[in-house]
Amino acid sequence: MEMPEERLTAATFEELAMPLFDQLYNFAHWLARDPAEAEDLVQETYAKALRGFSSFQPGTNFRAWMYRILRNTFLTSRSGLKETVPLDLADDAEVPARSDTPETILLERSQQQLLQTAMEELPLPFREILLLCEVEEMSYQEIADTLSVPIGTVMSRLSRARTGLREVLRRKLKRT
Amino acid sequence: MADQWTAKLDIYLDGELPASEMQSLDAHVRSCPSCAADVLNRLQLKRTLQSAGKRYQARPEFRKRIQKQIATRPQTSAVRLWIASAAALAVLLVGGLFLAHLGELRLARQRTFSQVADLHVATLASPNPVDVVSSDRHTVKPWFEGKIPFTFNLPELQNSEFTLVGGRMAYLRHSPGAHLIFQVRKHRISVLIFQDRDMKGLSSDSGAQTELSFNCESWSHGGLRYFVISDASPDDIRQLVELLKAAARK
Repeated sequence: MEMPEERLTAATFEELAMPLFDQLYNFAHWLARDPAEAEDLVQETYAKALRGFSSFQPGTNFRAWMYRILRNTFLTSRSGLKETVPLDLADDAEVPARSDTPETILLERSQQQLLQTAMEELPLPFREILLLCEVEEMSYQEIADTLSVPIGTVMSRLSRARTGLREVLRRKLKRT
Repeated sequence: MADQWTAKLDIYLDGELPASEMQSLDAHVRSCPSCAADVLNRLQLKRTLQSAGKRYQARPEFRKRIQKQIATRPQTSAVRLWIASAAALAVLLVGGLFLAHLGELRLARQRTFSQVADLHVATLASPNPVDVVSSDRHTVKPWFEGKIPFTFNLPELQNSEFTLVGGRMAYLRHSPGAHLIFQVRKHRISVLIFQDRDMKGLSSDSGAQTELSFNCESWSHGGLRYFVISDASPDDIRQLVELLKAAARK
C-alpha cells in the first residue's frame, strides 16, 4: 500500500482509509477487548489521521501509519495504560521454538475458540504483533513501521509471541 | 540436526527469510520428515490464527458514522461557506444600514434646503421682510446680540454690487439663527446663519445647487452653517459667498 507521490486530498484520505476500516476495528477490538472502547479507538484514530493527513508522507506505508496511530491512541488510553504493565520482553533474547507443538491437536479439534481465548490471555505486545503478522499479514518491515521498532525486534518479539501462544494453548489443552 | 532450522521455520513461513536461506530451508524440509511435520503444524496454527483473529466486526451504523466523520472536509467547507455567507450577510446588512443612513442624511439635507427655501420665500412675501432695516452692517450685526447664541462677521460691501437690506431672526430645525437679506440689482438674497452642530447631514461645502429653482449654496466655517439662497444668478451667489467667507475669516 505504497502511496504514489501525489497531492494529498481529503478524497484521497477517504479512498485510502475506508478500506482499512474493518481490519482496524478488528485490531482495535483485540487490543481494547471491549466493543465500545474499540469504537472509540477507531473513531479517534480516524479523526487524528484526518487531522494529520497533511503530515503523512506520500510514498510511505499508509496502512502502517494508520495502525501506528490506532496503537498509540490505545496505549495512551486508560485501558491501554493498564495493559502496559512492565513485561520481561527482552526482545533481543532468542527463544528457540519447541518442537512438541500442540498444533496437531488443534488441527484435529479445529478449536478456533480455544485459540481466541489463548490470544486474549497473551500480553498486549505479543497479542498485537501476532495480529499484525498473522491476521493483517503485514511484512516484518510494515510491523516494524507500525510498532516503531527495528526489524530485529520484530523477529524476536514475534518468536516470543508464538512461543507464548503455544504455551497458553498447551496449558489449555491439558485442562480439557 | 533440525534445530538450526526450527528457529527459522516461522520466518520461513512468514516469507521473510533471505532468498538464499529460503532455498536451503526448502531443500531441507523436503528431505527432513520431522521438519516437514513441524512446518505443517505451524502452517496449520498460522491459518487457524488468521481466521480466528478476524473475529470482530464493526456495527454497520458505526461504519456509517466514521464515513460521515471522514467526509468532514466537505462539512468543513460547508462551515466555511456558512461563515462566508454570514460575513456576506453582515456586509450587506452593514452596507444596507450605511445606505439607509446615507439615505437619511440625504433626506435630512433635502428637508433642510426645503426649509431654507421656505424661509427665503416666506420672508420675501412678508410685508415686513426684515426686523432690522439697515444697510449698515454695524447696525445689523449688533441687533442680533442676545437674540441668537452666536455672532458672525458681515462683509464690507462698499465696492460691490451687493447691498444689505436688513435682518431678522429665523429658526431652522428648531435652532435659532440669523436671516440676512441682501440685494443685488433687483434680486434679493437670503443669507441664513446657524450653529453647524444643529445642521447634521450637510456637507462642509455643498457647492452651487438649486432648490425650487432657487440657486443656493451652503457651507460651514468656524462652527457656523451658512446658507445663501436667491433667484439671482449662480455667479452673483458665488460672489456673495466669497465675500461672506472672506469676512468670516477675519
